[in-house]
Amino acid sequence: MSIRERMSGNEAVAIAMKQINPDVVAAFPITPSTEVPQYFSTYVADGVVDSEFVAVESEHSAMSACVGAQAAGGRAMTATSANGLALMWEILYIASASRLPIVMACVNRTLSGPINIHNDHSDSMGARDSGWIQLYSENNQEAYDNMLMAHRIGEHSDVLLPVMVCQDGFITSHAIENIELVEDDNVKAFIGEYKPEMNLLNKENPIAVGPLDHFTHCFEHKRQQAQAMVNAKKVISEVAEDFYKMSGRKYELFEEYNADGAEVAMIILNSTAGTAKYVVDKYKALGKKVAVIKIRVFRPFPVDEIADALTKYKAIAIMDKSEGFNAAGGPLFTEVTSAMYAKGVLLPKVINYIYGIGGRDVKSTDIEIVANKLLEILNTGEVDSVYNYLGVRE
Amino acid sequence: MSKDKLKDVSTDVTWKETTIGGTIPYAGNAHLYKTGDWRSMKPIWVVEKCTQCLLCYPVCPDTAILINKEGKRIDFDYDHCKGCGICVEVCPFDAIRFYEEGKEEV
Repeated sequence: MSIRERMSGNEAVAIAMKQINPDVVAAFPITPSTEVPQYFSTYVADGVVDSEFVAVESEHSAMSACVGAQAAGGRAMTATSANGLALMWEILYIASASRLPIVMACVNRTLSGPINIHNDHSDSMGARDSGWIQLYSENNQEAYDNMLMAHRIGEHSDVLLPVMVCQDGFITSHAIENIELVEDDNVKAFIGEYKPEMNLLNKENPIAVGPLDHFTHCFEHKRQQAQAMVNAKKVISEVAEDFYKMSGRKYELFEEYNADGAEVAMIILNSTAGTAKYVVDKYKALGKKVAVIKIRVFRPFPVDEIADALTKYKAIAIMDKSEGFNAAGGPLFTEVTSAMYAKGVLLPKVINYIYGIGGRDVKSTDIEIVANKLLEILNTGEVDSVYNYLGVRE
Repeated sequence: MSKDKLKDVSTDVTWKETTIGGTIPYAGNAHLYKTGDWRSMKPIWVVEKCTQCLLCYPVCPDTAILINKEGKRIDFDYDHCKGCGICVEVCPFDAIRFYEEGKEEV
């Protein structure tokens, strides 16, 4: 039987880490992810985990320590937000290129500047091309569940990539909600032992990790890394299936909510999907059908599946909680529309909303503006503006 | 270390066959990487002037001055000599000449 509890998203992630019992956790505190290593360090102090906790002097060092620990054959984990993630930047690419399946809790926060501690997705969106798998979470339950699945995904022999589990800073990281935890023994059995074939501590077979990789080999290694990301999609689905058998909770690459009969849809990441579900439920009662598509897996991006799912809609609003500054739309908008174009899904009208920047509150009335706009486009067939801001003072 | 065993890090290996993430699973293979073609200047050993003092041997950064079983230096290993010229500088007997690559005296 699962354990019914109530806790914040940060505590949920820390509990997952306790159950995973990694060899090394190296982290530096930064709001709003601070609680994750804070809770974890108490587990270390209390002797309930076997992990080595490395209190490093910066996030650059945190990720570097994780790289070393993982290359030595251990499971390494960390947590960070915003500028902490930015300070890890250089090492993020080294972790993924060295094919080290490190797992990180990314508690999304606005990347400075202007300096701001509240939630948007500018931190993890900036890291979208770093070669990390990115899973997004609507609430504490999903953050916990994604964390439990992360090692199985990253460590799979067809993948061997680091995994970032994202959730919204403060909105879910600090809000206390009900949650169902998996029993410790079941988590242990689910994630299994980590036994990398090659590691730095194997004196029978000495290896060199991260050597200089010239034009003679670098291209081949990048191609190999790209394939790992392609392979990850199938592995993510297989792990989700096993997780469903264990927990009864089903996860897909993305969730389609209220899609039955809907001709318009909103595409959203993380906690705002919860607000959108509340709004479309209300609309459904009024006889207006609006679907919510919540992307769980942003890297690898489920190009085929998203394009296929979108064929049935006539108008789609893609919601970005970060700017891409390409003067045309946010990063999720670019990903979704490029998937549609590449797969020949050209009929739905598409609009983009940049929303919730710097932690600007996203109310149900904001989502209603989007839903109303979609229904208006459905009615008129006209799009007056593709690239829009929602909730900014005009 | 044979070159055969290093197939998965050779310069014609495909992306499917090369080692994961660039990890080199075999220690001690630097000699298989020929750095001699980096050379723009070339040292030439002048046998008749050489006193076998061996001052040149320890200063070579590439171990490109070869020593035989009798402990005498023999000719350069041009597969690995990068032409840095340190041996030329340390030789007290003018027994190593230094020429632009391809323009050495015949």
